[in-house]
Amino acid sequence: MKPAPFAYKKARSLDEAIALLGENPEARLLAGGQSLMATLNMRLSAPSLLIDINGIGGLGGIAHKSGAVEIGALARHTDAERSATIAQHAPLIARAMPFIGHPAIRNRGTLGGSIAFADPAAELPACLLALDGEVDAQGPKGKRTIKTGDYFKGLYETALGPQEILTAIRLPAADSNTRIGFAELARRHGDYAIVGLAASARADGKGLKNVRLAYFGVGNTPLRATGAEAALARGDVDGAVAALDLEPHDDIQATGAVKKHLAGVLLRRVAAQLMEQRP
Amino acid sequence: MSMDVDITITVNGERITERVEARKTLVDFVRDDLGLTGSHVGCEHGVCGACTMRVDGVIVRGCLMLAAQCDGAKVETIEGLSDSGELADLQAAFEQRNALQCGYCTPGMLTAAQELLNQAKAKQSVPSRDEIREHISGNYCRCTGYHAIVDAVESVAKARAGAKS
Repeated sequence: MKPAPFAYKKARSLDEAIALLGENPEARLLAGGQSLMATLNMRLSAPSLLIDINGIGGLGGIAHKSGAVEIGALARHTDAERSATIAQHAPLIARAMPFIGHPAIRNRGTLGGSIAFADPAAELPACLLALDGEVDAQGPKGKRTIKTGDYFKGLYETALGPQEILTAIRLPAADSNTRIGFAELARRHGDYAIVGLAASARADGKGLKNVRLAYFGVGNTPLRATGAEAALARGDVDGAVAALDLEPHDDIQATGAVKKHLAGVLLRRVAAQLMEQRP
Repeated sequence: MSMDVDITITVNGERITERVEARKTLVDFVRDDLGLTGSHVGCEHGVCGACTMRVDGVIVRGCLMLAAQCDGAKVETIEGLSDSGELADLQAAFEQRNALQCGYCTPGMLTAAQELLNQAKAKQSVPSRDEIREHISGNYCRCTGYHAIVDAVESVAKARAGAKS
């Protein structure tokens, strides 16, 4: 199908984009467009105006500073995939990147767009949750930083206000005690996962602590499995699988029961990844 | 606010200025306004890869970009890539190995494969069959079962690596 008619405006600055959002309540921001354009083509969304933010300078950087990795909202998946900074300091993002879409999608799609769209079956929102990252936003009242725990509110719903624009995400930089794990099951490489799991932990002697398991494709938002996290920190993988308290709904890909089973399969794979890494 | 946008874009080396509907996708623009029908429209939501083309040197989904976004951009379609001879060996390999039947996916498949081949050349390596499959995973072919396509891409990768040294 073809999109319903809309107006188009290329914003030259964040202030201009924020003002346009204020004047046009039915407007949508256009970043990489790899999810938005599909919903427009299918007429699942019919905004009055698209505000193209791709021309706004200074939002595409990837930098390691003061113990964190800061990724500008307009950094493209391909930029992250090829970034030495990401490979070294944000290895979970590097591990997840090949699972996201296909090369032509990754050439356009942005990390900020993925976090702002907050698809519950997407990889990056789960990575943000697993890493306990932060989101920087700018709106008519100025700038603020949102902790991951406060960010995901519901199905495609985040803490971002109607006039707020995600400007960057910030992740704690990995060090020699950082452990990460990532796995997903999809019917075709690059498709949305049936179930996926992004994880981080700290090495604690021979064991693990601060285990964070963030599942995607199992609920309205990426979801932590806190019972399983505690069991995994005790080194009890069977106990962690038994403690999985997810209740995924049926969807077009699989029944909830199958998803729950697969969540356990992924947990064993990711537990092995977390435990086998050496500094 | 206007529903139309004035754009100046370079398509296959030719500079074009047009007024387009804001909602018009890039693939519809090159097909309907420019008559370049080599880029195909399949699913129109980014899944099938039939509309794969190059914008500013990298492959994109022509259905997931607006023509309006391409103001100032350099667009290359299968027509341009064919005319320049850039793909000639890859096209010949597709023909020799029956890597196409109906041909609907072929322009997108060639354009996607060429990006992998260029990346491999830059790294002075030959992509593995798994890497080839991964790279074209976003391009549906409903005829060939992919095997012959992988064969064709692999043979060109090896030939280009050999020819270079």
